[in-house]
Amino acid sequence: MNLITRGFHGRRGGDPTRIPPGQYETHDFPVLTVGPTPRVDTDTWTFTITTETGARHTWTWEQLLALPQESPHTDIHCVTRWSKLDTDWTGVSLDTLLEDVETTAEYALAHSHGGYTTDLPLQDLTDGQAWIAHTFDGHPLDPEHGGPARLLVPHLYFWKSAKWISGLTLLDEDEPGFWEQAGYHDYGDPWREQRYRGD
Amino acid sequence: MSTPATHLDGNVLAGPLSEVFAVDVTAAERHCAHCGDHGAFARLRVYTDGPGLVVRCPGCEVLVLRLVRTPRGLVLDLGGTGCITLPVDD
Amino acid sequence: MARWTPATLEADRWETPTARTLVLSVPGWTGHRPGQHVDVRLRAEDGYTAERSYSIASASAPDRLELTVQLDPDGEVSPYLVGDFAVGDRVEVRGPLGGWFVWDTTAPDPVVLIGGGSGIVPLMAMVRERHRTGSRALFRLLYSLRTPEDRYYRTELGPAADPGVDVFVAYTRTAPPGSARGPERLSVADLNTHGFPAEFAPVCFVCGPTGFVETAADGLLALGHAPDRIRTERYGAGGRR
Repeated sequence: MNLITRGFHGRRGGDPTRIPPGQYETHDFPVLTVGPTPRVDTDTWTFTITTETGARHTWTWEQLLALPQESPHTDIHCVTRWSKLDTDWTGVSLDTLLEDVETTAEYALAHSHGGYTTDLPLQDLTDGQAWIAHTFDGHPLDPEHGGPARLLVPHLYFWKSAKWISGLTLLDEDEPGFWEQAGYHDYGDPWREQRYRGD
Repeated sequence: MSTPATHLDGNVLAGPLSEVFAVDVTAAERHCAHCGDHGAFARLRVYTDGPGLVVRCPGCEVLVLRLVRTPRGLVLDLGGTGCITLPVDD
Repeated sequence: MARWTPATLEADRWETPTARTLVLSVPGWTGHRPGQHVDVRLRAEDGYTAERSYSIASASAPDRLELTVQLDPDGEVSPYLVGDFAVGDRVEVRGPLGGWFVWDTTAPDPVVLIGGGSGIVPLMAMVRERHRTGSRALFRLLYSLRTPEDRYYRTELGPAADPGVDVFVAYTRTAPPGSARGPERLSVADLNTHGFPAEFAPVCFVCGPTGFVETAADGLLALGHAPDRIRTERYGAGGRR
C-alpha cells in the first residue's frame, strides 16, 4: 500500500545544473556524525600515506602547512540529501602529497581519528580532485566539521570526505569503509545518484 | 580526547528494529564486552544524523549496531561487542 | 513487527502559535502505554518518503491518538504537519513503540516528571493516563520552557487542575510579570524543592533536548536518585527526534 500524504512534497530541488537529483540546497552546514567528536591536537597531528608495499610517508602539522596551499571553491553534496553550493576551502592537494609516493595501487582507504574509514579509487584523489583541507570559509576547520583537517573530495558524496583524517592506505584491492560495509555505494557519484550498493 | 556529539537514546530504535526483531528491543538488557557497562538498550547512544543509524555504548562509545535502509533491504551490523538479553514470553 | 497503518487527521488544537496537536483517527489502534511514541511516514506523490518519530500526547484510547508537533521552521516535516496538514489528510503511523520510557500505571511509586520544551509531550500522556486509570500514584511535574507563550496544555496543567499532580514551571528566558522566580534554568535546587526526595525512591522521567536531559539527569544523580530509577528520552533540534 502506497498511501500519499496530500500536499507533502519534501525538501527537494533547486538549479538542476548545480543540485544533483534527489538533493536540496541548504545554506547551513549540517553536522553529520557517527560518534563523539574527536579533539585532535595539531601538536601531535600527523597524516600518513601507507603504500601497498608498506612504505610510510608521514607529515606533521607544520610540514603540511609548509607545502603549497590551494583554495578550492566548490559545491558539496551529502547523501542525506543536502547540497551546499559555493563553499571555500584551503588545504593541500593530494597531488602534492602523492608526488614522491611510489605506488601502483588502484584504491585508497581513508582513516580517521575515531575509527571512521571510507574507500575511494586512487584516481579520484589525483588530478586536482582532492585535498587535505584545514580551513573552511577563511577560518580553521571546526572539530564538528572534521578539524583540524579533513579529506575533501567534492565530486563524490560527502561521506567520502572523511573528517579528522589521519591517513590513507593504498590498496591493490578495494576494501569497503564504514558506510560502504553497511550498504552504501563504493563510488558515490552524486550526479548518477549512487547512494546505495547496486545503484 | 573526545566530547559527546549530539546523540539520542536507544528509545528511537524501537520502530526501525521492530522490522527486524519480534520483541521490543529497547527494553532489552545489554552487557558490553568492551567496557563491562550494562543496562537497558534504551540507554544506548544513537547517532541519527548520518546516512544510517549508528549506535554506541554509553560507557565506552564502542560501536554496538549500525542500521541502514537500502533499496535492497535493511543492512544490520550487530557489531559483536556485547550480548543482548531480550524479553520473551514463557 | 509493527505495521504501517493509515492515520487520518480528524481535528486539531493549537497549543501555542507554533505547536499544533493533531488528533488522528487510526482504525485498529488498540491503545498504548504512556511515554510510547509512533513513527510517522509521509509520502509525496513521486514516492519520496520522510519518517519522523513523535511522542504520543494522549491517554490510551482505541482507534485514536494525539501528537503535539512543534514547528521547526528549518525542518522538512514539521512545517507540513503544523502548517499544511489538513483535516481529512492522511499519513501512516507505526507503533506504539518503545517499552522503556514508559510509566507503569499499576505501580504505586511516586513519579517525578521533568520536561524541557516539547519534551513535555510524553509526560502529558503519563498525566492523562494517570487520570484515565484512576491511579493514585503521586506525580510531581517540573516543566522548563523559555517563555509563557511557549507553554503547552495550559488548562490541563493549570493551577490545581489535579491535587495528585503538582506542577512547577521554570521559565528560562522570560518569566510572567510579577512572578517570584526570575527567568533562570532549572537547577538542582529546583529538582530538590519540587521533585520527591531520593528516599521516596520515585521513578523519574526526563524528556527534552540532549543538553537539558543530561543536566537534569546529572542533577537527579547528585541528589542521590538511583541511576536505574531515571529514564531519559532525548530529542534532536529538528522535529521530535
